[in-house]
Amino acid sequence: MTMLKAQFHLKLATFELAAQLELPSTGITVITGSSGSGKTLLMRCIAGLEHPQVAYCQLNEQLWEDSAAGYCLATYQRPLGYVFQDSCLFPHLTVQQNIDYGRKRSYSKSNHNLEVVIELLNITSLLKRKPAKLSGGEKQRVAIARALAVEPQLLLMDEPLAALDQAHKYEILPYLRHLQRELQLPVLYITHSPQEMTQLADHLVLMDKGKILASGELQSVLTCLDLPLAQSQRASSVLTAEVFAYEAEFQLLQLCFSGGNLSVPHQELPKGSQLRLRIYARDVSLSLQSPPSIDSCNNLPARVLGMVNPAVGYITVSLQVGTELLLAQITRKTASLLQLEIGQRVYAEIKNTAILS
Amino acid sequence: MILSSEDWIAIALTLKLASLTTLVLLLIATPLAWHLAHTERWWKAPLNALVALPLVLPPTVLGFYLLVVLGPKGWVGQLMQQFGLNTLPFSFSGLLVASVLYSLPFVVQPIQAVFSNFDKRLLEAAMTLRASPLDAFFTIILPLSKHGFLTAIVLGFAHTVGEFGVVLMIGGNITGETRVISVQLYNHVEAMNYQAAHSLAALLVLFSFSVLLGLYYLNRGK
Amino acid sequence: MKLFKHTWLALTLCIGSSSLWADEVQVAVASNFSKPLETLATAFKAKSGHELKISAGATGKLYAQIENGAPFEVFLSADSKTPKKLVDAQLAVADSQFTYALGKLVLWSSTKDSIDAQGEVLKKNEFKHLAIANPKTAPYGAAALEVLEHLGLTKTLEAKLVQGENISQTYDFVSTGNADLGFVAWSQVEKDGVLKDGSVWQVPEDLYTPIQQDAVLLTKGKDNTAAKALLDFLKTPEAQKLITDAGYGLPKAN
Repeated sequence: MTMLKAQFHLKLATFELAAQLELPSTGITVITGSSGSGKTLLMRCIAGLEHPQVAYCQLNEQLWEDSAAGYCLATYQRPLGYVFQDSCLFPHLTVQQNIDYGRKRSYSKSNHNLEVVIELLNITSLLKRKPAKLSGGEKQRVAIARALAVEPQLLLMDEPLAALDQAHKYEILPYLRHLQRELQLPVLYITHSPQEMTQLADHLVLMDKGKILASGELQSVLTCLDLPLAQSQRASSVLTAEVFAYEAEFQLLQLCFSGGNLSVPHQELPKGSQLRLRIYARDVSLSLQSPPSIDSCNNLPARVLGMVNPAVGYITVSLQVGTELLLAQITRKTASLLQLEIGQRVYAEIKNTAILS
Repeated sequence: MILSSEDWIAIALTLKLASLTTLVLLLIATPLAWHLAHTERWWKAPLNALVALPLVLPPTVLGFYLLVVLGPKGWVGQLMQQFGLNTLPFSFSGLLVASVLYSLPFVVQPIQAVFSNFDKRLLEAAMTLRASPLDAFFTIILPLSKHGFLTAIVLGFAHTVGEFGVVLMIGGNITGETRVISVQLYNHVEAMNYQAAHSLAALLVLFSFSVLLGLYYLNRGK
Repeated sequence: MKLFKHTWLALTLCIGSSSLWADEVQVAVASNFSKPLETLATAFKAKSGHELKISAGATGKLYAQIENGAPFEVFLSADSKTPKKLVDAQLAVADSQFTYALGKLVLWSSTKDSIDAQGEVLKKNEFKHLAIANPKTAPYGAAALEVLEHLGLTKTLEAKLVQGENISQTYDFVSTGNADLGFVAWSQVEKDGVLKDGSVWQVPEDLYTPIQQDAVLLTKGKDNTAAKALLDFLKTPEAQKLITDAGYGLPKAN
């Protein structure tokens, strides 16, 4: 199951990276952490662009680097794709030539998926242009297509959307998720935007000061009370639910998951669609009694797993709802009134939900 | 324009010397310039100074030292003799070696300047697109450093054509072997052959002017 | 008007004063004779009190400078052709030209015993390069070609000739060993009449036209008594002794 096994120790004048990682072979792994935590350096190590004092890197059965054995594949020998923060398109080549640069050097040299990718990324009309004539969002889409043109076995993306404004981000984000599913390609994705993180990640790696704080399923890392994510004001959790009905009259989507049913205002989606929902901790309130049945839809039975006191007057509670994990942020006073303790059964009322995908 | 057959021989020789010098210099200067543009090691400054030395040394002085070092009593000359090679002074090869040294800064510096400004991330991007370093050099660095290379070629070539002091010192004024345009011109002047000198000088001035004018337009179109 | 004329004359005298009563002479001298001239200058000053200001250079260059208004008063050339040219161009005083020294040509090598006293080494032809001064521009070079012609070696040795631009570069070629041997000036390789190092063949004087080094009074110095005094001094036995000591010969006519 493990696809990427990596260990690096890199000492620079003012920074030290000491990271050990094992990542799954499917889906998107998001690496997050405050700026200067060593995310980019870690990715560059994986790509072979840095030369750590101690290095071990292996993708599936293929060894890339083992400093103990004095073995190191150069970057250009590693079957990876890399999308840089600022696209790094070759300014003397057109979009088509930029993409062909990778295609010509790919394994098969006839990358059939590439036409699909170009279509998906909506860059067909840009092919004849030079990079200087592209907008930021267009550049990044081309950079993604170029990285995919070499038919990588692992795609590395270093804040590919950081240089873009919100509108452009929303323009690209859906493509990314879609692409990953179409191509069945494992992706490592750096971001410090909670938006991108919750929308894209299957697996989450949290870094701080050159070290890896946590690595695991998105949900478990998000809701782990010992980690800064759950302690922040904007703490949130995600859960996956399936569409089972649509109330056209109220434009309400009816969803179900292991913890119960949810209704979310949304346009109609086909039955059986799997949706990822993000729920902010502050949008969840707790009560001891089952609420009146009218509203019972977004009121779910839950069990208290843990509590932490991250900010003055507030308490963050982690809950188990069915097989999923949920965070709730309540005032200390409410907590005291409820006499919350670990293992206690409560009702979690979800006041607001965002559908991510 | 009255050019004697000796003048034409000198012109042909000069063009051959300048072309070969430029070619050799490109091969030497490119890696050297890349290293100088990117190394942060202690030898960067001394190496830079060494490369620029021909700019400040009077050519005849450089020529004299080359005569000493390359001659049968100099260490390079002795080394060459041990390997059964002829010493370099008074030969075309000697002239080539001297010109390469003398024109070195004119080729290294423009290339170094353009390399220093080269965005290394583009190189990294090429590496992640499965381009080997050599591949990346020819497909990314070279096309993006075009102007630096053209400037270097033009300056290296033109400077070799105009080279005089060094050639005078180690050439030995041999027709068809070491007597280049500048020496021929000097001979005319010294022999008070002003008519012949004027023709050759006019040609040299015309050539240099066109080359520098071309370079100017080239850089303006950047 | 008359007053104006006087002022003008006075001005001219002031500006050009050095040529009237100064005890200074501006001398242009061919490079090969600049060292001996310094010795001569000391003797000249001791005797007359006049001081020499010496500019050394290649004869051809000095000619071009004089032609273009350089302030030289006396010219000690490395040949006789150039002073003649100056006289023809009325840049020098016609009857002032005379030969102050004769250049002595020698065949020299920087290694001992490689040259025999008869110059047979040229006929043996076992060397790689023979250095001569550029015969088109340097009298010593022309003389060297004459010697080869006389010995009937021009054709055989032509391919081995390397030319120095002047006699001092020719000396460099030989002293650094780049040329096995070369025709240079005796004055370059002797000290007090004895060979400094290497080996030498004194080329017999009947094998080449005498290398006359002529002096001439330049038009700029025609009113400078010190300049004339210098030229007279060069003809004295005292000066001639210094000249021969420096490795030059003297014209027989004197």
